[in-house]
Amino acid sequence: MLSRFAPRAFTAAPSALARRNGPVRAAALTPAVRRSVTTDAASSHAEKSDVPAEDDKPFQVKLSDEAFETYELDPPSYTLNTTKAELKQMYYDMVAVRRMEMAADRLYKEKKIRGFCHLSTGQEAVAVGIEHAIEKTDHLITAYRCHGFAMMRGGTVRSIIGELLGRREGIAYGKGGSMHMFSTGFYGGNGIVGAQVPVGAGIAFAQKYEEKPNVTLALYGDGASNQGQVFEAFNMAKLWDLPVIFGCENNKYGMGTAANRSSALTDYYKRGQYIPGLKINGMDVLAVKAAVAFGKEWCRQGKGPLVYEYVTYRYGGHSMSDPGTTYRTREEIQRMRSTNDPIAGLKQKMLEWEVVTEDELKAIDKEARTHVDEEVAIAENMAVPDATPEVLFEDIYVRGSEPQFLRGRIPEENYYYPEAKEKGPKPLVK
Amino acid sequence: MVGQRLIRPAAQLLRSSPSTMPRCSFQKIAQPTLSRCLNRTYATPSGTKEMTVREALNEAMAEEMEKNPKVFVLGEEVAQYNGAYKVTKGLLDRFGEKRVIDSPITESGFAGLTVGAALAGLHPVCEFMTFNFAMQAIDQVINSAAKTHYMSGGIQPCNITFRGPNGFASGVAAQHSQDYSAWYGSIPGLKVVAPYSAEDAKGLLKAAIRDPNPVCVLENELLYGLSFPMSEEAQSDDFVIPFGKAKIERPGKDLTIVTLSRCVGQSLVAAEQLKSKYGVEAEVINLRSIKPLDVEAIVKSVKKTGHMMCVESGFPSFGVGAEIIALTAEYAFDYLEAPPVRVTGAEVPTPYAQKLEEMSFPTEALITDYAAKLLKV
Ligand SMILES: Cc1ncc(C[n+]2csc(CCOP(=O)(O)OP(=O)(O)O)c2C)c(N)n1
Ligand SMILES: [Mg+2]
Repeated sequence: MLSRFAPRAFTAAPSALARRNGPVRAAALTPAVRRSVTTDAASSHAEKSDVPAEDDKPFQVKLSDEAFETYELDPPSYTLNTTKAELKQMYYDMVAVRRMEMAADRLYKEKKIRGFCHLSTGQEAVAVGIEHAIEKTDHLITAYRCHGFAMMRGGTVRSIIGELLGRREGIAYGKGGSMHMFSTGFYGGNGIVGAQVPVGAGIAFAQKYEEKPNVTLALYGDGASNQGQVFEAFNMAKLWDLPVIFGCENNKYGMGTAANRSSALTDYYKRGQYIPGLKINGMDVLAVKAAVAFGKEWCRQGKGPLVYEYVTYRYGGHSMSDPGTTYRTREEIQRMRSTNDPIAGLKQKMLEWEVVTEDELKAIDKEARTHVDEEVAIAENMAVPDATPEVLFEDIYVRGSEPQFLRGRIPEENYYYPEAKEKGPKPLVK
Repeated sequence: MVGQRLIRPAAQLLRSSPSTMPRCSFQKIAQPTLSRCLNRTYATPSGTKEMTVREALNEAMAEEMEKNPKVFVLGEEVAQYNGAYKVTKGLLDRFGEKRVIDSPITESGFAGLTVGAALAGLHPVCEFMTFNFAMQAIDQVINSAAKTHYMSGGIQPCNITFRGPNGFASGVAAQHSQDYSAWYGSIPGLKVVAPYSAEDAKGLLKAAIRDPNPVCVLENELLYGLSFPMSEEAQSDDFVIPFGKAKIERPGKDLTIVTLSRCVGQSLVAAEQLKSKYGVEAEVINLRSIKPLDVEAIVKSVKKTGHMMCVESGFPSFGVGAEIIALTAEYAFDYLEAPPVRVTGAEVPTPYAQKLEEMSFPTEALITDYAAKLLKV
């Protein structure tokens, strides 16, 4: 392993060509080990003496040399400014996402959640790190492993769990379930592997069209990265310099298929070929934040798209029905959980830098858990949607623009839409 | 008919190409079984054994792979994971990685690739994890597979089987629960089957693999785990079910219920309820094959009953039910004592919440009640 303090390969390799040869150069430094992005969640560094007393006063954190790997790109800065308040918030967010996923796990096992349920346990640093680098006016689209993103984009725990439970006050009014959640600046929650990627490019297209300074994050998995339309999206995005960060969440498996059995090139950050790429330690929320902040600025400057690879790991099975142990060893899972956990990693750093005391940290833990638990309890008490034609046929079309009627299972069940003015407003989910 | 085809110059050219071989062997194998199958009514209880639809599909593939080295299976998670729904369980161990192949998640790509392999003379079984994902690849299924034989003037056959679960699945919302029977059923050049029982599954899949044309086998996830009796005959490795022949699952004189796939089971339950509640006898016709469609069986039954109700779970507009009603009107109008009717899925993207989902698909109670209404009992 390269020492944290070893000179970085890229500093001695200024040309793009030499950068591309990064691994070779690294090999020269450490002959036995191929240099690659770490998944150590506790690899950032800050001087205790630099950490201010105030919660909102910025201080510097240095990321590990192994936080990034670049492709045709000058790397982002390895230092980032943060505050104690932000670190605490990031920690809180990751704990809350995990707690919510654990609640989903329990509810599924209690047979209260139907169908597919894909959890992001282990991958929290990606959703949380991204949100801390963008603004509410930016945009994000992802696949079905979406609960954490929905929450970070502003969905309440009660509305997300309510959706999983198929309740009327769920984030999609009980129509979408686990895989389909939407919110401001959040375009789902999409079930067809890869399809969200060109859609994400289209969201970026609209931003550029309307001359807005916003970035769009289009996320997909290592499995999804092989879909043809991902490459089609790359081409258009580069052709038209769209402000989009394509982001492969490489959690090493697409269902039961290891990345190297599905992908001819597993360097997903290089998959854009003519698009600069960045591989990121996706277990370190600070690295994710730094990378996305850099990408947002890149896009704002009109430099076109980027292809990111967040190296991460899913602790559970692909979905609740997959034990997740037939195609990988228990040791592998155990190793990632015990040594690379994003929450434990940040926790360790916060204690080390004396950002918080043990007691303060425990208090944050408790606060996050209590909040999630309370929200889950509220969700469990939400009513299911009324089993009426009004609710069933609601929202197939935009209110007021519906056809005269839609057909039921038999003509007697046909639903005739009332005149738009006769309808009361739809209750908003919060 | 085959003889006639062979005097065409294009067909002459094909003689030495690998693809003529399967065509002949298909004809040879299919003929005797076809007649045997038609004579069969109900399986003799002796020698029957229970088998799930999943096992039947698995057996069909294994037998065809055993018989014909040109047959291979390709799809997502079909090999090492034994299939997302375990339909291909054990095939990798038995036939090796040359013939049981895990593909990346690239439906359009691997559908196109398997079509290419078929054009070049292999007999691929292309598994879609579900037909919802085949929408990514429908261009290859229709434009590359279904139309090529005709576009080439009969020079280029495409012996491929597309299979996977189709239609209703529970609790998975709009993008994972759609019925594509009508979509594929409308395409000339494709054959489309939808098995209900284990015998259907085995016989239709084997026939699909042997058929020299592109065939879509539309299975249903909720049927995979159900057990059905397999007759001694169906247990044979030469058992195939001819396309375009419906099966009368339950004879009756008062009402013809034309149905397919999972709705066959629901209709059979409804038929029993109709009998116990109202004393009427519904005849339940399991279509088995959507294209070609057994119009004769429908007409024959309607002649007897005077009433036709189609039960299917797709969207109603331009659907299987619409087609069956149209055919009934075209060919059996004179025998009808009441307008033909249909019970279908509702015109709504599948909702997640259970109670709403229940309102979107045919249920046994709805079939029973609607039949009673039609019969005015
Ligand atoms: C077009 C399409 N094909 C197949 C599937 C079934 N499927 C759902 S998730 C998945 C694996 C995706 O893996 P990856 O992209 O790595 O994402 P991860 O689940 O690891 O987050 C598959 C094959 C699907 N939903 N859509
Ligand atoms: Mg993955």
